[in-house]
Amino acid sequence: MKEFDYLAPESVSEVVSVISEHGDRAKLLAGGTDIIVQLREGLREADVVVDIKKIDEVTSFKYSEEHGLSLGAAVACYHLYEHPKLSQLYGALADSTHIIGGWQIQSRASVGGNLCNASPAADSIPSLIALNATAVIAGPNGGRTVAVQDFCTGPGRNVLENGELLVSIQVPAQCNNSGSAYERFIPRNEMDIAVVGVGSWVRLSEDGTIAEARISLGAVAATPLFAEEASASLTGKHPSEENFAAAGELAKQIATPISDMRGTDEYRAHLVGVLVKRTLTTAAERAQN
Amino acid sequence: MTTTQYRVIGSRPVRHDGADKVTGKAIYTADTKLPGMLAGFVLRSPHAHAKIISIDTSEAEATPGVHAILTNADFPNVENKIADLGEGSVNLSYLSANCMAQQKVLYRGHAVAAVAATDVHIAEEAARKIKVEYEVLDSVTWVLDAMEENAPLLHEDIVTDSMGEKADKPSNIPVHLHFEKGDAAAAFEEADGIVEREFKTATVHQGYIEPHAVVADYNEDGRLRIWTATQGSFTCRQQTAEILQIPLGNVLVTPCEIGGGFGGKITVYLEPTAALLSKKAGRPVRIAMTRADVFEASGPTPGSFMRVKIGAKNDGTLIAGEAWLAYDAGAYPGGMIGPGCMCVFSCYDIDHAIVDGYDVLLNKPKTSAYRAPGATQVAFATEQLVDEIAEKLGMCALEIREKNAVKEGSRRVDGPVYPPIGLVECLDALKQSEHWNTPLDGPHQGRGIAAGFWFGCGLKSSAACTVNSDGTINLMEGSTDIGGSRTSIAMQLAEVLGLEAEDINPQVGDTDTAGYTDVTGGSRVTFATGMAAYEAGRDLQQQMRTLAADLWDCSADDITIGEDGVFSGNGKAVGFKALAVELFAAGEHLVGRATVAPECPTNGFGAQIADVEVDPETGKVTVLRYTTIQDAGKAIHPSYVEGQLQGGTVQGIGWALNEEYFYRDDNTMANASFLDYRMPTMLDVPMIDTIIVETGNPEHPYGVRGVGETPIVPPPAALANAIYNATDTRMTELPMSPPKLWKAMQSEQASE
Repeated sequence: MKEFDYLAPESVSEVVSVISEHGDRAKLLAGGTDIIVQLREGLREADVVVDIKKIDEVTSFKYSEEHGLSLGAAVACYHLYEHPKLSQLYGALADSTHIIGGWQIQSRASVGGNLCNASPAADSIPSLIALNATAVIAGPNGGRTVAVQDFCTGPGRNVLENGELLVSIQVPAQCNNSGSAYERFIPRNEMDIAVVGVGSWVRLSEDGTIAEARISLGAVAATPLFAEEASASLTGKHPSEENFAAAGELAKQIATPISDMRGTDEYRAHLVGVLVKRTLTTAAERAQN
Repeated sequence: MTTTQYRVIGSRPVRHDGADKVTGKAIYTADTKLPGMLAGFVLRSPHAHAKIISIDTSEAEATPGVHAILTNADFPNVENKIADLGEGSVNLSYLSANCMAQQKVLYRGHAVAAVAATDVHIAEEAARKIKVEYEVLDSVTWVLDAMEENAPLLHEDIVTDSMGEKADKPSNIPVHLHFEKGDAAAAFEEADGIVEREFKTATVHQGYIEPHAVVADYNEDGRLRIWTATQGSFTCRQQTAEILQIPLGNVLVTPCEIGGGFGGKITVYLEPTAALLSKKAGRPVRIAMTRADVFEASGPTPGSFMRVKIGAKNDGTLIAGEAWLAYDAGAYPGGMIGPGCMCVFSCYDIDHAIVDGYDVLLNKPKTSAYRAPGATQVAFATEQLVDEIAEKLGMCALEIREKNAVKEGSRRVDGPVYPPIGLVECLDALKQSEHWNTPLDGPHQGRGIAAGFWFGCGLKSSAACTVNSDGTINLMEGSTDIGGSRTSIAMQLAEVLGLEAEDINPQVGDTDTAGYTDVTGGSRVTFATGMAAYEAGRDLQQQMRTLAADLWDCSADDITIGEDGVFSGNGKAVGFKALAVELFAAGEHLVGRATVAPECPTNGFGAQIADVEVDPETGKVTVLRYTTIQDAGKAIHPSYVEGQLQGGTVQGIGWALNEEYFYRDDNTMANASFLDYRMPTMLDVPMIDTIIVETGNPEHPYGVRGVGETPIVPPPAALANAIYNATDTRMTELPMSPPKLWKAMQSEQASE
């Protein structure tokens, strides 16, 4: 690991000015669970590491029935799954944050960092996409928002331009008859990278049929995917194993997985079907309760 | 079964090193700091196989903070001398070239240069500036490919030695072994049922938590001091001295506390490099491997290809066996094929058998011992075939094992006739166990059993005990303590002397202090070093008897020593402590000593039961319940025996289900990290239940058999049998990871 400078500005504008100046040679530090490892292993290099945890709007979160959840980019994972109300409203995010690393990692790592790291196998991104979340970005030319489903552009790459940082993630408010779930497949039972991860969200109508569904797939393409056709296919349908399996078959069609040490392409495609069915089942159960 | 009542043996005292370990005070190699110490970094090959054309260190040498740079030119030429490492032997020129590549790199991770600098970051940056020009060669990492006539050749000078006969041209097969007993071909003709299958297993690593580390301090007077994580300080001393071509007596090896070894910390990797860097820099040097280095450049255990066949009569008698085994040796000769051949039929009394084994060179790190090295692979094959033939003959898996289990007098295929052993007793314990008698209770569940064997060796051990003025004892021994051996050795001394375990201060000495002691390996320490401690205690008692005779005004012959250690004679009866205090006051001070070299293997047998549940949609296996049964001869400290049984079983479960060296197309390892080399975590295994069987080993004063290795032998086979029971799918390839099991289940369904 090479030497670098450490800065901890106290405002977003200061961060913007520092990272505008240093460009690619500046790296942001939230929980540090990815960037420290990457610097140490020589996967990324930095002249300056900018700690954003001294900034209130980046480290805080709030929920309102009107605006939903505003989640600061550096809020550590455990806040979500330990929060009695949020963990119930955003089941998929609670599922995700509960399985990212172990307790130590969950006490440092943030959903925002997981998103910016843009791993195709990131556990929180399919949940954010299923929940229709939006990334709130600050930069030298002011702010902008980008739908999370459009945020990642390739493995380890995202839409952030020079001088921009992710400030928070906006997740829409949930109603009584919505529910979501995330599940990943790993060969072990913890401390592993998703072979496939799927996040699903459903909102039920009064009659119990599905009013709207959103399905997102991880680890089966260069970026996490929104399975648009599979999601739309469920509108007006009953939440049944048969319908969920059919949605799984549709979702498989957009998966373009690779074969590697974590699984074969054939196996990953198969798992998409299994996990779409399983997460939709859990999401519908949560919506009903 | 032994029935002797002991005072200390069989109890569970707190281990002597326990407080230091749980409070973080124990000193490991990486904790060692010397004044002026530099950090070393080893530059390693990015290629699986390449010729080294040139190495240019000029830019690295000019880096501020760099004190020394080392390449193969700094290593002395060592001849093709064979050195005995205690548990196996090694050709020194290969050992040296494995520490620092000579003309060629033979695997990714092979060391090509090293740097010592004021800190490890500077050393690493400087190492990156070393320009190594390679000519990349074709490489091979699968054992059958490496055996092909036109395979990329690793060594020009190696020809096949086939039971003493040398081939006329070089190949990647240094050794072909052949064992025969009876007439296998004729016996297969007689068989009513025959099963035959091919099996593959992946290369796996011991996965010890502590990466290899060393501190070396080369003095100007030619003395070399080494602090290291080793399973054998004396073999480390010998290997280092031989590679460096310096007198053995000039080297002092201090074994630090060790964070696991399992066979992988016997061979030296870093010691000669650190020593030469220290010599060049004139300062002590510390080198520690990263986890990636450990995977890529230490000694994993062989992957294998096996074709095994067994034949039986209708009544279930196994009459014929045939095995063709090819094991990875890695980049240098000397793999685990020998024990593989000896273990393939070691649990069954088969009259006619024929075994061929091949040690095969390929572009992977040189393999090393790993807990019963070579036995787990063959058990995976044989123990499945035994189940299969039982099914064919309409027998129960336990019944066929009981019928054919080896016992005293059975002859193994490689020749030895077993002395009293405990496989039958283990199978009986299995039959009586609550686990075996509790039915499975859900869909997609299955149960499997398997047996296992490991030799357990004796080798050389020493012990010395100094009696303190209060009658307590400082015990000096030379077995580096991996599994609580300090305590199990001290307990044997306490037992013989009539003391408590707490009255003994056991200490693992360095090579200048302790008497010669072979490696901590071969399941030998509690057996052999324990025997040395026992004999040292006897030596003390004899000395004390002579001295007491003077004190008590009688003949030494008049004094008897009881089982409780009490000295009786001339109307007196005095315990060890009181007599020691009395003697010290009278001006006598005492040191007992012993060296032992027991030759007979301790023959550890075991049997295991595995219950699994298989997710029919994903092929993921959940281990629901597991019982490990083993004949310990006599368990000195039952908790540590249970720990060995559980630890070995868990490692076997990892080997069975997920662990593997995964190679990319360019034959470099893709998963050299704990993240992707999936060892089981605590959430992946149930509590491993244990049953200790005690049949008593007549070769040891307390009946001890080695227990450390056998528990890793049955798990892949037991789990494969359980998976078959759950899914009707026979898994012949390790690991039985979810993608593979899912695929096999698909094929099974398609063929139905």
